[in-house]
Amino acid sequence: MLRFLLTRLGTFVPTFIGVTIISFAFIRVLPGDPIIVMAGERGMTEERYLELREQFGFDRPLLVQYWEYLTGILQGDLGTSFVTNRPVWDQFFSLFPATLELSLCAIVIAVALGLPAGVIAAVYRGKFFDRALMTTALVGYSMPIFWWALLLIIVFSGNLGWTPVSGRIGLLYFFDTPTGFMLIDSAMSGQDGALRSAISHLILPSFVLATIPLAVIARQTRSAMLEVLSEDYIRTARAKGLSPGRVNGLHALRNALIPVVTVIGLSVGTLLAGAILTETIFSWPGIGKWMVDSIYRRDYPVVQGGLLMIAVIVMIVNLVVDMLYGLINPKIRKR
Amino acid sequence: MSLLKIRNLGVEFPTAGGPFKAVDGVDVDVAAGEILAIVGESGSGKSVSMLATMGLLPWTATVTADELSFDGRDLRRMPPRERRNLIGADLAMIFQEPMSSLNPCFTVGFQIREALRKHTDLTREGRHKRCVELFEMVGIPDPERRLKAFPHQLSGGMNQRVMIAMALSCRPRLLIADEPTTALDVTIQAQILDLLTGLQKETGMGLILITHDMGVVAETAERVAVQYAGQKVEDQPVGDLFDHPHHPYTAALLAALPERATEKRLPTIPGVVPGQHDRPAGCLFSPRCKFADERCHTVPPPVQPPAIGQARCHYPLDVPAHAEQVSA
Repeated sequence: MLRFLLTRLGTFVPTFIGVTIISFAFIRVLPGDPIIVMAGERGMTEERYLELREQFGFDRPLLVQYWEYLTGILQGDLGTSFVTNRPVWDQFFSLFPATLELSLCAIVIAVALGLPAGVIAAVYRGKFFDRALMTTALVGYSMPIFWWALLLIIVFSGNLGWTPVSGRIGLLYFFDTPTGFMLIDSAMSGQDGALRSAISHLILPSFVLATIPLAVIARQTRSAMLEVLSEDYIRTARAKGLSPGRVNGLHALRNALIPVVTVIGLSVGTLLAGAILTETIFSWPGIGKWMVDSIYRRDYPVVQGGLLMIAVIVMIVNLVVDMLYGLINPKIRKR
Repeated sequence: MSLLKIRNLGVEFPTAGGPFKAVDGVDVDVAAGEILAIVGESGSGKSVSMLATMGLLPWTATVTADELSFDGRDLRRMPPRERRNLIGADLAMIFQEPMSSLNPCFTVGFQIREALRKHTDLTREGRHKRCVELFEMVGIPDPERRLKAFPHQLSGGMNQRVMIAMALSCRPRLLIADEPTTALDVTIQAQILDLLTGLQKETGMGLILITHDMGVVAETAERVAVQYAGQKVEDQPVGDLFDHPHHPYTAALLAALPERATEKRLPTIPGVVPGQHDRPAGCLFSPRCKFADERCHTVPPPVQPPAIGQARCHYPLDVPAHAEQVSA
């Protein structure tokens, strides 16, 4: 296991450097000058423009700029936002819990519904239940997210009035947020109804965010289960007189889990990378919304720093998934 | 009284080209403590008929029978829960491919203890003790360590021993072994067969050995049922079968044994087993039978009395003088 970890960490370094190059280049390839954008409609004098260029270091060659960016990262300095003047690092960690809370909630919903749906569909393959579930999954997968979100808002917030439209908590509540997770903080605040408010704010965006992963997980679970159910060891398990629940839920599912965990891992990666649409629609103060806003403002340090952090998180999630394979199926550990 | 009694068993699978009869009118009787070998080529329905008995066929299969009873209890009318209590305990089965028949995600110990937990009242320690005992019984050295092994860490022969230990864990009264040695090396084959027959004598259980190897039959079985294209064509005690085969198919099978060959070239049976679309109207073996005449090609043959080995044939061979032959 240790050797496995070390070799994986070895591939981490080149990937990391590659990501720094891409994130550095990405924002500079976009047309638009951050200083002009900063000046807004009023504009600025030629002198002031050159002065600011020098102050931010844009007058120096790109290679030098990149080198400074890279050495900064290695010292734990991701730079300072042009707009807010706050360190990117601090800003990332003040916003990240919101995204993490939303994505974790979404992935819990997706796994909790998708996994059983896939198993049931596989066990009753070809029957009504299978077809109904898989058609629903296909519809969910093909649904444009912004449209689906608006539809849910109209029904649940507009018509039924069950859930709020945006934000993380009602305006009536005010308390410290030591963890950054609204569910935990609201519960700890001791204020009446705070937790309920937090949950009602969270439920709709997380369900919207869960839709596509849910559909993918359900379909992947079904096809993996179908493959496993025809294996000899399933027959052996049945020959022992075990109940269908144990045969399907333990013997088959454990083997079917490898491709499913891959899909879950990929979903977690993309969800953490910022559910841009969902966060924008629901005004969720997370990474995705932050990144979009920063791209509009040509806030170079935020964009390149934010992209880098997201990439690192995705890499870590992938590493965890690789380690899970060995836990689920010991045969893989050997290789 | 027979332990397992099957009358007129039929198994049909739906296929794109219409239903396919994998098993067609098979009778099986096994007494307690008896070793029955079921012999036949691939596709003769040997495994399918036993899987039907165990209730392990895929849901697409249609099983019909006039009688299907174990120890006097009707397996067809039994509720699924009750049948699961019987299967794995009183009625156990081992399979052809030991490497793929064990779940790669769990230790072999876990997989045996699971059966014990389902069918016995043993405590945790009791189950572990029984596992060690079983491993010693089937000849797996260093049981404590091997119980913690995963199937991929053991050899094929070892895995088949694990399968046997698992099948025997709840002291079954009938063990069905479906080509237990086919996937193994020749040297291991003999070991596993010795183990099976030894354990059969020790425990007094019934044993059904499914095989296509006449050598295995001669060495182990007491009685032999020969199956061809889903039908039982002959049923005799092993000695009589080898000395006086009554069905031309049995005779041809025996003639094809290298040990029995008298000519320089090994005799073979021309043609192949009929499939779904080329089933003959009369005797299923008639297209390959050197004795077949017009009647064989058009009229399904009767089943001859036990004195003529229950041969499903119009013109059984080597009929004893006192035996009375039936005709269709």
